[in-house]
Amino acid sequence: MSEGDISRALRRIGHEILERNKGSDGLVLLGIPSRGVPLARRLAACIEDVEGTQIPVGELDITLHRDDLRRHPVRTAHRSRIPAAGIDDQVVVLVDDVLYSGRTIRAALDALSELGRPRAVRLAVLVDRGHRELPIRADHVGKNLPTSRDERVHVRVAELDGIDVVRISGGEGR
Amino acid sequence: MTRHLISSADLSRVEVEDILETAASMHDLQRREVKKVPTLRGRTIINFFFEDSTRTRSSFEIAGKWMSADTINLSAKGSSTSKGESLRDTAMTVDAMAVDALVIRHNASGACHQVAQWVRCSVINAGDGTHEHPTQALLDAYTLRTRLGDLDGKHVVIVGDLTHSRVFRSNVITLKTLGARVTVVAPPTLMPSGIAAWSAADGFATSWHLDPVLDGDGEHGPVDAVMMLRVQRERMSGGYFPTAREYTVGYGLTRDRLDRLVARNDDVLVLHPGPMNRGLEIAPEAADAPQSVVLDQVSAGVAVRMAVLYHLLAGDDTPAPPLAAATTDGAAR
Repeated sequence: MSEGDISRALRRIGHEILERNKGSDGLVLLGIPSRGVPLARRLAACIEDVEGTQIPVGELDITLHRDDLRRHPVRTAHRSRIPAAGIDDQVVVLVDDVLYSGRTIRAALDALSELGRPRAVRLAVLVDRGHRELPIRADHVGKNLPTSRDERVHVRVAELDGIDVVRISGGEGR
Repeated sequence: MTRHLISSADLSRVEVEDILETAASMHDLQRREVKKVPTLRGRTIINFFFEDSTRTRSSFEIAGKWMSADTINLSAKGSSTSKGESLRDTAMTVDAMAVDALVIRHNASGACHQVAQWVRCSVINAGDGTHEHPTQALLDAYTLRTRLGDLDGKHVVIVGDLTHSRVFRSNVITLKTLGARVTVVAPPTLMPSGIAAWSAADGFATSWHLDPVLDGDGEHGPVDAVMMLRVQRERMSGGYFPTAREYTVGYGLTRDRLDRLVARNDDVLVLHPGPMNRGLEIAPEAADAPQSVVLDQVSAGVAVRMAVLYHLLAGDDTPAPPLAAATTDGAAR
């Protein structure tokens, strides 16, 4: 996906979120670090363009809730930044770059339940690459990318990587 | 990350910064309604305190519980130690119960290092004699960074009984690791032997006189934080200073000294690891001043200890080879 593809996909997702929610009332966007965070900010900006209202955006760090902690060297936990108004009775849209096994989202749901009780939780992802290991699906998908497990999906965003691009590689490299 | 935390020197700058970053996220947890995370579910931590302690022991216990680990407290009194069991047998007995971490406070310097040779679980030093107290240094660094930002080039003055202070030893190491400038002040009788060589090697300054340092005279330069050490009455039988009054006059953070410090730098920070002897090493006016971050230190204690437990226990749990000292695993995988 090129820069243009990504921005078109985000704009469409922004519209979908508004349509589904019947406006921007009670919406909170939470990005999952690292690349879900800039994507959430951009989505909020898209929604602002359309509706003219500001949407609260936050970050949800899920490190402490991962189920694979014991399989890897320790990862540094970062701070979650939750909008001051909280998430109780709001419609929370989780934003991430790639949806794969679904385990990250499972961890995010656990982390959310400790922060409050949203009215609803939805999931927006830039890429859905399949291979789910848990009964989880995305409400809003930028692009479905059928992949094999050997392949890797790289999402790069301008805010962190200086470039907007999504590409698939054959399994080697990062 | 090493499997044990025995000395502040076990931690590189990157590791210290990782722990402090994690501690910030743990600190947020303390302000939430639900303070528990499932991260260390199924892990068992034993707090073995051979010496009295309030804040260190309770904060280690709370830290473990909030991470969903099972924590058990043992003290020398009420354990087999009072029946004459050796440290080695006690440590190996506890280790045989397949615990994941042993947090040890002991009155003998080097006790934790010794235990780490005998057991397979992680060993965390919660203060060993007059040697080190690494988690205290981490929470002090956390408190300082919260107020001062990056510690690179910041000037921290540590004052008091350096000879008997494990807090001082760990703090110097961690502060130097983070790039701070450190000056330590003590009367000649409480300056540890061999400090000249150590200060030359690690690049910190020493002084027998407090006022020139606090006033920033000459090469000392402006002060960003002052850490007052406790006068350890239980270790003061050696005639280190004539009277308590004389100590206060020469080395206490009196009201007058605080006023002069604040006049130079309104944002100066006052730290004390506790428990404080008010009126001896620190005047009540200084302990309760807006510049005092003593309670911030306590509040940081739980968050920092959660971060330490997390970094030692959460990752890959391949057991260390038996009889291994502090090994560096993790990096290779």
